[in-house]
Amino acid sequence: MPDSRFKVLTSASTSGPGDAGRTGSWRVERPILDYSRCIPAKTGKSACHLCWLYCPDNVVSKAIEPKIDLEYCKGCGICAEECPAKAIEMVSEENFVAGGEDE
Amino acid sequence: MSEKLIDSGNNAAAMAVQLAAAEVIAAYPITPQTPLTEKLSELIAAGEMDAEYVAVESEHSALGVCIGAASAGVRAFTATSSNGLLYMSEQLHWAAGARLPMVMCVVNRGIGAPWSVWNDHQDAMSQRDAGWIQLFAKDHQEIVDITLKAFRLAELVHIPVMVNYDGYYLSHTYMPFELPDAAVVKEFLPAYEYAHALDPQKPESLNTVTLPDSRNDINGVKQPGYMDIRHNLHQEMRLAMDVLEEIDADYQQRFGRGGTPIIDPYCCEDADYIVVAMGTLANQFRDVVDRLRQEDGLKVGVLALQIYRPFPTAKIAEALQSAKGVMVYEKGLSYGNQGALYADLKSALYPYPARPQLHNFIVGLGGRDIRTEDLCQTLKSACLQDDLSSPEQTDTPQWIGLQL
Ligand code: SF4
Ligand code: SF4
Repeated sequence: MPDSRFKVLTSASTSGPGDAGRTGSWRVERPILDYSRCIPAKTGKSACHLCWLYCPDNVVSKAIEPKIDLEYCKGCGICAEECPAKAIEMVSEENFVAGGEDE
Repeated sequence: MSEKLIDSGNNAAAMAVQLAAAEVIAAYPITPQTPLTEKLSELIAAGEMDAEYVAVESEHSALGVCIGAASAGVRAFTATSSNGLLYMSEQLHWAAGARLPMVMCVVNRGIGAPWSVWNDHQDAMSQRDAGWIQLFAKDHQEIVDITLKAFRLAELVHIPVMVNYDGYYLSHTYMPFELPDAAVVKEFLPAYEYAHALDPQKPESLNTVTLPDSRNDINGVKQPGYMDIRHNLHQEMRLAMDVLEEIDADYQQRFGRGGTPIIDPYCCEDADYIVVAMGTLANQFRDVVDRLRQEDGLKVGVLALQIYRPFPTAKIAEALQSAKGVMVYEKGLSYGNQGALYADLKSALYPYPARPQLHNFIVGLGGRDIRTEDLCQTLKSACLQDDLSSPEQTDTPQWIGLQL
């Protein structure tokens, strides 16, 4: 145990969405989930959830219809890469800025 | 019962690590450190030490294993020399920044190129800014005592500690020393506990990308940013000197040896001229001091620096306030400038009223023989030198024993 005079500042925190700050602002591409392909959504069973498992920022919910918290999703694309059903597509953020094509 | 032995410096270190009950040893062999880790692996294989010996493929991995062990709340030890220490360099900074306590013996040796297996201090000096506490031993007894104190220091201040001792001069020579009683060592060195020990039931993110600014974590608790963490390491490293003195006082009470954990002066009370040196070189100077006092009536003394990082700025500057001249002899340098110890000492003295005349001598690089005769000659002429040289000349290191 450290001496009580010592604070021993380290980088140690509870893992979870937002643990590394507002990482949503880092995003260049946004993951878009297609429930018509997603295994749990299609079967109604709690299955697969590889996106939830692999997301390094812990921002995908482990639900029948997995949801991505865009406040913290940094757009790394790991979920899209790991999805066995190709249900996640990475779409350029340009499409979502005000005045862009989709908004 | 304590035990009196005659053995090598490397074996003395191994027996101290055994007494300290290190639980994970990870090391890669490199001359002149090799017999130390061989001895530890023998002790473990013979069932005389309850530890995991992890044979790794490089020094980088050796320290990586120790970082993992310390992160899991386990007492870890490694040892290396020279280029092996440099191969660990990235991990050295990591262990310090992560505030993981562990002890490493560095059996000091010159750095290649050209290849050398012999002693100097360049390996340790090159890692002085890594955030490790650096202690220096002068003999076998100090290897034992400092290693035991190092474990307690590391675990109390949560900063890794390097125990330096001279390759061959100490590692391979035999000297008498006393090994303390195991039961008393156990009282002196309680088990290591770590608040953030890896625990699957309580997952935490450790040392992940830490943003420049402090931030609130997911529980709304303010978390320090990179600069705050590094500032704390610096502040607490300075404070670690007080803790080392307290540990040393406790050690002295239990085992009867100690009292000079920061600086170890010899004949310095009335000295006009004081030599500052580290490791065995400081002990060699005790003979020189005796001789110059006897034969030449020169009031000389030698001050051994037992800790190089954190640098004991105030202690050493105060100890030199009444000296007319200070001669720094060292086995390493900052290439293109001066001896690193000399430069540190000069900067320590700057804010103090008395700034004695300073001299810098570079000796023994790559094992070049350090003749006591040469030390006598150079020290004597530095003492007697009238201050006629230019500031630049006095500030330029003199190399002793060159064969050009
Ligand atoms: S990895 Fe793909 S299929 Fe599996 S749960 Fe996630 S989105 Fe659905
Ligand atoms: S892109 Fe996918 S894996 Fe990456 S942070 Fe966003 S949700 Fe997580």
